[in-house]
Amino acid sequence: MKIDFQHVQSAHCESGVTSSLLRKNSGNKITEPLAFGIGAGLFFVYVPLIKINNGPAIAFRTFPGLIFKRTCEALGIPVIRKKFSSKEQAEAFLVERLNEGTPVGCQVGVYYLSYFPKEYRFHFNAHNLIVYGKEEDNFLISDPVMENATMLTTYELERVRFAKGALAPRGQLYYPQNDGAITDEQIKKAIIKGIKKNVHMMLQIPGWFAGVAGIKHTGKKIKMWRDKLGLHKAGLYLAQLVRMQEEIGTGGGGFRYIYAAFLQEADAYLPNNGLLEISNIFTQSGDLWRTAAVQAAGIYKGRISSQADFNIMGDYLIEIAELEKNAFKALKGIKWQ
Amino acid sequence: MKKENVPQDLSSLGKITKEVCYATDSSGKYVKELSAGWEVKINALDVAWDDIKGRIARAKEQVLNKVASPLLFFMEYRLMDISILSDYTGFWKWQIKRHLKPDVFNNLPEKKLKKYAEAFNVTIEDLKTMTVHED
Repeated sequence: MKIDFQHVQSAHCESGVTSSLLRKNSGNKITEPLAFGIGAGLFFVYVPLIKINNGPAIAFRTFPGLIFKRTCEALGIPVIRKKFSSKEQAEAFLVERLNEGTPVGCQVGVYYLSYFPKEYRFHFNAHNLIVYGKEEDNFLISDPVMENATMLTTYELERVRFAKGALAPRGQLYYPQNDGAITDEQIKKAIIKGIKKNVHMMLQIPGWFAGVAGIKHTGKKIKMWRDKLGLHKAGLYLAQLVRMQEEIGTGGGGFRYIYAAFLQEADAYLPNNGLLEISNIFTQSGDLWRTAAVQAAGIYKGRISSQADFNIMGDYLIEIAELEKNAFKALKGIKWQ
Repeated sequence: MKKENVPQDLSSLGKITKEVCYATDSSGKYVKELSAGWEVKINALDVAWDDIKGRIARAKEQVLNKVASPLLFFMEYRLMDISILSDYTGFWKWQIKRHLKPDVFNNLPEKKLKKYAEAFNVTIEDLKTMTVHED
């Protein structure tokens, strides 16, 4: 069976899946940037104690699953989400939904995702895709980060749905319950809710590891990496930072450009709140993240290696922290019109 | 980032799919723009893989010198740590640590070897002989 479903490429998997699954309800109105912003997707967290691929855990986006959950919640759309202990049940449930004509979001691991190039396959288990049909032994897949729709055999899909390790998907699938159209009024309310949530995530989480404070702290740490870790390991850590920031799925500049795009679109719904000016600050921030990435590349390629080079790198992050602090403070201070 | 500045440095991913970046057009409005890749992140990925290749080579040497069992080699080859391998096989971490010793590994029953072979997606024979086929 094949559901009438149009594949749309997006930058980030989860906001892309969210936008696509809500397309019917919203009549195309919930774009990827809107889903990302309403879902309060922007974040920064640095957890040196948790190691991912032998480097520190760094993320520029919120925890997996939250964007879909928050966006649907803010729009008042009920969500079905299920995990499975049995592979057979996981497949049967999926096929039932497809037979009903419901496209389904699935959380998967990328290590055994056959259509990804080998260089990109790590044990990362929070990738998202949409299954929208089955033809013979092939499931029809809309993976938002890919240009075109693709396919996975029954075995291949089972393998990635039951990938193991951190954030193991355990067959997890999700979809919104279709409940009529989404109104502009709902979207406006959801935008304000999403912005408030994101302000909280970036400004008000206590401690040094998350939000704006996390960026500043990481900047200070980077200046010490050269002495503490040695050039080789410091280079590996910086490469990890750049990959989390710029790799496929981020839209560039550590998701800051998607957020800037969100604020532009939000301005159309809620004009006269100064959102366009604040959007510009996020564009600046994204540009600065990319400038920092170029500096980092100089270090991990071995072109530059002095302490002064590490200081410049660290100072970029400290500058970014200041910029984003001002942007979120401005968002926090809006008297909504 | 302006639309015309979206980098187009062909990456290994770019050969399969271009990726969406958000960038501004001449009026400052955000649009989706496709990118074939960016040298800065191609280098970052290369750095990560060079490190992995080094780890695989060192693991191989340790196995050949009989300091470690072939499990170590396949763990590095499949980018797994003990915790991921434990999740895939159902063995406890302390069991895996034991199985990393060549003497213990050489006496493992077929049934246990099969679990490891499945986790690494190789045959039992390949597991024992540290043989890999590109996939």
